[in-house]
Amino acid sequence: MTVAGTKPQTRKAAYAARENWVGWLFALPAALGFLLFTLGPMVASLFYGFTDLTISGKWGFIGFENYARMFSGRDNYFYKALWMTTQYVLMSVPMKIIYAFLLAMALNQPVRGKSVFRTIFYLPTIVPTVAISMIWLWLLNPDFGLINQVLRGIGLNTKGLKWIYDKRSVIPSLSLMSMWTTGGITVVFLAGLQDVPKHLYEATSLDGGGAWARFRHVTLPMMSPTLFFNLCTTLIGSFQVFSEAYIMTNGGPDNASLFYVFYLYREAFSFTRMGSACAIAWVLFIIIMAVTMLVFKTSDLWVFYQAGEGGKA
Amino acid sequence: MTIGKLRKNAWMTFVYILLLAGAAASLAPLYWLVRSSFMSLSQIFILPPKWIPSPFRWSNYTKAFSVVPFGRYYLNTALIVVGVVSGTVITSSLSAYAFARLCWRGRNVLFACLIASMMLPFAVTMIPLFVGWSRLGFANTYVPLILPAWFGGGAYNIFLLRQFYMTIPRELDESAFVDGAGYATIYRRILLPLTRPALIVVGMFSFMGCWNDFLGPLIYLSSSSLYTVSLGLRMFQGMYNAEWHLMMAASAVALMPVIVVFFIGQRYIIEGITLTGIKG
Repeated sequence: MTVAGTKPQTRKAAYAARENWVGWLFALPAALGFLLFTLGPMVASLFYGFTDLTISGKWGFIGFENYARMFSGRDNYFYKALWMTTQYVLMSVPMKIIYAFLLAMALNQPVRGKSVFRTIFYLPTIVPTVAISMIWLWLLNPDFGLINQVLRGIGLNTKGLKWIYDKRSVIPSLSLMSMWTTGGITVVFLAGLQDVPKHLYEATSLDGGGAWARFRHVTLPMMSPTLFFNLCTTLIGSFQVFSEAYIMTNGGPDNASLFYVFYLYREAFSFTRMGSACAIAWVLFIIIMAVTMLVFKTSDLWVFYQAGEGGKA
Repeated sequence: MTIGKLRKNAWMTFVYILLLAGAAASLAPLYWLVRSSFMSLSQIFILPPKWIPSPFRWSNYTKAFSVVPFGRYYLNTALIVVGVVSGTVITSSLSAYAFARLCWRGRNVLFACLIASMMLPFAVTMIPLFVGWSRLGFANTYVPLILPAWFGGGAYNIFLLRQFYMTIPRELDESAFVDGAGYATIYRRILLPLTRPALIVVGMFSFMGCWNDFLGPLIYLSSSSLYTVSLGLRMFQGMYNAEWHLMMAASAVALMPVIVVFFIGQRYIIEGITLTGIKG
């Protein structure tokens, strides 16, 4: 904030100094919060990763032992958890994004009851995770669940369809379930679609472009920043999936839904190996950063920014 | 002309079918939950499934309340929610004012740190926080669940409010400044009333986040008298895992407050998501 230009130099400096400490005062809660609850624990976590800290608080320095145990495969579950989580991410992220984008596209047409639909799509995202898990435990029940009943109703044989109770189908089932709470992404997509300038569509139509051309050459490039953003946040979120598996499958059957954070939780709170859990957490952090970086790197190829140059429209 | 119209009609029909299918997929699980919560166990298993319970069995709810002290868990959760929501709204608003309106050394660095911290997996800080709170003797209390909310209320909320501050013309506070108003007065008299809609959004997001939180209470609360609704529901599942009618009634009990809050404030919430482009 600048004080009116007529003020003498010294008063200006006094104002700036005052604003400097007032600013810090207002931001103090956030600054302390960052220090105490983010940066401090982060550094501590990095440090504990090199110790054998237990739940009682005793620790000794053990160097890279925690990491060696993970990567050497001496801990049977590390690669398993990594692989299962990767499968879940690869399945659920595209499913969620595409489904949300489709719904947002449909909502962006001149339809009636737009805000009612939008509310309905958003509604599942506010349901507590534990309740979501209960509902889907019930829906996916092989014998009495609604889904298998409907499938049987239309004449399909659901004998082998055990959803979360079969190690081959547990990950696809949980991915399918994750689509139910995609409403937040739908709302963001819709907001983005509503910001696409109308004249671009009109120009494409004048050039003889049909619906596909309008989608391919206007909607997709104009939406690519929003797509990019949603892709990043959904990726980061999906790597950290925990509660669903904890409540619904307890990581099973046969550890087929032992998600990474669940594996970490077990290490910390069932086996009380806190130091090892910190190392596990840091590996997750590095994986998430690497994946996000990769997405950022490829974004030059497909994300189009209106103001910038070199857009691939 | 007619062919064009026909194509347009066909297209719109397709769009409506898609929307209705999506709406059905969103609502059916919730409907199934409510339906099952009013049925007896034998009624639940009738084939083909019945869509409307008859008679309505309210007793599932009284049963759910009697086997697990949900009344108590409601109060426990409400206590945490009040602490978290007030802390979040107050301190995130103060911080957002500093980030949006004031010039101070280190502002941009701290803001960048806060934004970057949104990418940090909670798993990284979880263990040291747990160890730290336990050492201080706060394990099995609400302190670890409430106190952090009083330190800025989370980067996401600060970011949301800062974005909202940016939409308010600077001339308003500048003219007040020229009139001799101090920073505190400008904040309290001018910006606080103007940012009310955004504060409601922050309050609602933090209400829902806190009511729905599972991992936090799971880690910190060990005595069942301190449990939240989510933990109570989880406990209920362990005790009655085959009695679907009771489990659905218990789930509906856990669901009710967020649904009510959502319908009161859904307009604000949708605007809030649109403003930041981030979902809660």
